[in-house]
Amino acid sequence: MERVPVLKIGDILLVSIQDDMEDQVALQLQEDLADRIVATGSHGVIIDISALDIVDSFVGRTLATIAGVSKVLDAETVVVGMRPAVAITLVELGLSLPGIRTALNVELGMEMLARQRAAEEDLGIDEGEDDEPAVTVP
Amino acid sequence: MITGSGSAAGEQITVASDQDVVRVRQLVRTLAVAVKLSLVDQTKIVTAASELARNTLVYGGGGTVAVSRVENGRRAGIRIVFADEGPGIPDLDLALTDGYTTGGGLGLGLSGARRLVDEFDIDTAVGRGTTISVTKWCR
Repeated sequence: MERVPVLKIGDILLVSIQDDMEDQVALQLQEDLADRIVATGSHGVIIDISALDIVDSFVGRTLATIAGVSKVLDAETVVVGMRPAVAITLVELGLSLPGIRTALNVELGMEMLARQRAAEEDLGIDEGEDDEPAVTVP
Repeated sequence: MITGSGSAAGEQITVASDQDVVRVRQLVRTLAVAVKLSLVDQTKIVTAASELARNTLVYGGGGTVAVSRVENGRRAGIRIVFADEGPGIPDLDLALTDGYTTGGGLGLGLSGARRLVDEFDIDTAVGRGTTISVTKWCR
């Protein structure tokens, strides 16, 4: 069985799906990504589907599961490169991919992850500063 | 092979594995391009075929998928017939409801595929199997 390669670029794992995947290949990708997130401590996953000419409910569900599993493992997933015809078909099929973040291409996806990471770090510091007085004042 | 009024001889694929579902998608895509469906309609019919072929495999226990070119006056189209000899569908209305599933999926295969095609016919009987015929016409 073929496997979809998972590339590590800095803090991000990048997956570019090139072929029409068999269902088993999609399930394998789900497991491989979870393993790689834990092994590398990556905080972001980008899945490029620009080469896919269809996304059916199985692939849609796999993407949603990957996003959910990544989240639990402290990584954000962004699906990038969806073709316009695929978007139209997905919505008509009834699959709106709830919980999946999307960007138009890999570059914008990386920017999105970087922005989010920065915002989370800011928020973390702010919360810390705000929380301390709130706890000590009363 | 499908023959009959207004339809050209088609090709048939036996669906018994994941790989066969991929082959169905490829065959449907090739014919959808040949009959000159628009890009969005190509995407819709290939997606519908993928959903229904997977149903044939998962719920029907495997079966056949026949793909053929059809003509209706000036319009060309593509017709796909999915046939299995599986358990059949006891409650068709329920099976066609968005979100209903007995297989652990999203429950969008049958209802979603129906929305993606122009014609959708289903013939099912408990214990005998299910045959679904879908058609997409050029605009």
